[in-house]
Amino acid sequence: MSVLEIAAAIDEPERRPAAPRRSYGLAIAGFVLPVVLAILWEGLVAAGIANGRLMPPPSVVGRTLWGLAASGELLTHAGATLWRVAAGFGLGALAGTVLGAVTGALPVARSLLDPTLQALRAIPSIAWVPLFILWLGIFEASKVALIAVGVFFPVYLGVAAAIQGIDRKIVEVGRVFRLSRLAMVRRVLLPAILPAWIVALRSGLGLGFMFVVAAEIMGASEGLGYLLVDGQQLGRPDTIIAAIISFAVLGKLADGLLVAITRPFLTWQDTARDKL
Amino acid sequence: MLSFDRLSKTYADGTRALSAITLDVGRGEIVALLGGSGCGKTTLLRLVAGLDRPSEGAIRLDGEAIAEPRADVGVIFQEPRLFPWLSVAENAGFGLSHLSAAEREGLVSNALVRVGLAGHEKRWPRELSGGQQQRVAIARALVTKPKLLLMDEPFSALDATTRASLHGHLLALWQESRPTVVMVTHDVEEAVTLADRIVVMQPKPGRIFDELDNPLARPRDRLSPAFEATKREALRALDRSLRDEAPHQQKAAETAGMWW
Repeated sequence: MSVLEIAAAIDEPERRPAAPRRSYGLAIAGFVLPVVLAILWEGLVAAGIANGRLMPPPSVVGRTLWGLAASGELLTHAGATLWRVAAGFGLGALAGTVLGAVTGALPVARSLLDPTLQALRAIPSIAWVPLFILWLGIFEASKVALIAVGVFFPVYLGVAAAIQGIDRKIVEVGRVFRLSRLAMVRRVLLPAILPAWIVALRSGLGLGFMFVVAAEIMGASEGLGYLLVDGQQLGRPDTIIAAIISFAVLGKLADGLLVAITRPFLTWQDTARDKL
Repeated sequence: MLSFDRLSKTYADGTRALSAITLDVGRGEIVALLGGSGCGKTTLLRLVAGLDRPSEGAIRLDGEAIAEPRADVGVIFQEPRLFPWLSVAENAGFGLSHLSAAEREGLVSNALVRVGLAGHEKRWPRELSGGQQQRVAIARALVTKPKLLLMDEPFSALDATTRASLHGHLLALWQESRPTVVMVTHDVEEAVTLADRIVVMQPKPGRIFDELDNPLARPRDRLSPAFEATKREALRALDRSLRDEAPHQQKAAETAGMWW
């Protein structure tokens, strides 16, 4: 979309009702700066005013990305990265949810486990890498373990805090209606922590993508992180930027998928009155 | 039907919230517990609901001691306490999960009509006003047809107009199955509007100061001289209960009944 079209979209006459049009215009507004910069850079390089070697213009990056996609390389790398994130996220989110629920619900488990887990949290996750490589080898297992550790902590903290933060007054309503332990969990506690749990999963997923880059930079034969290192070693900044763009797209898509899957469970939060 | 036998409650920190409460409530009777803050009204209600345990004495419902929440006792709290993730109809039918969907729907829609919320079944609690939310809570408590209904200042957070209309809705629902009602209030007019008997309580430690029978027949006209006279009598009793209390104790007493 060109700048002119964007300007036209912003100045569009009042065809739509006011509220949707305003949000549409605002969403488009975010594209203005990057698009203008890209066009400017493209023009400067094309005119020979700037040298595009270290910072290739959009057209070169686009061509590289297209070449990677056409040869199937992009799919291989993205697939490898996605698999690692999925495996690490699955393990980390599961462990974080279970331990978070246990420490959140049982004071004994809390005083037993939480101090240790908090101490482990103070360790920068990347510091585990040498140990994981010694323990699990240099292939997939150590990478997945690193990602799982990264995902674990936000999920654990989020779930434990959510359970502790459940409104005692609402639990009391469950008691008045004589809910069994199981019914209390199913009908009151789980729905009550669901929004916080989803937020925790989303921040966990974000960290998962952060750690997959670290894991792949430190030694991989495929994956988008490998593509980054490859671009550096071959002096191909266009490859690096292509990999960065792929990471951004994948991360956004994964987050969007998580939001889309969980949205039906959260309609009660997302009321019409909120949007007005 | 409901009897308190020398009921006392002392909290772990040594606060004596209730001392030797003895009271009998008849079937279908509406009793209002009236008193200043900290006289143990809420504590008493929580003991009847089975949410807390008495330190001494016992509460019996039809001869059975109350030790935990019972299916035939409904509670309306000071706040609506609706489940935000359930629709209005699902909230109102929360205690009916043992029934089939069709039976539940019939009972719930009838109750919602009675509280003036027909057509709001599918809305979320947060889309409702405070008064509407409290009406859902009333429907939720009454839809299970409890033998005993407990209310803890259920209308105290609402404006006068809303309160008056909710009194009407509540009495309409009460007429259907005529449960016994024990309600806590600090509003004399509310007590005179709803109750058959007004029990005035006194703080530090919480105890019964006086009992008044309400002679007015239903429906009650708030503007009638008889209503005014009863209200004045209740006010006088309340005033006396506060005057008898030593002034230096008042501050400590304010925290005594705070169960949270």
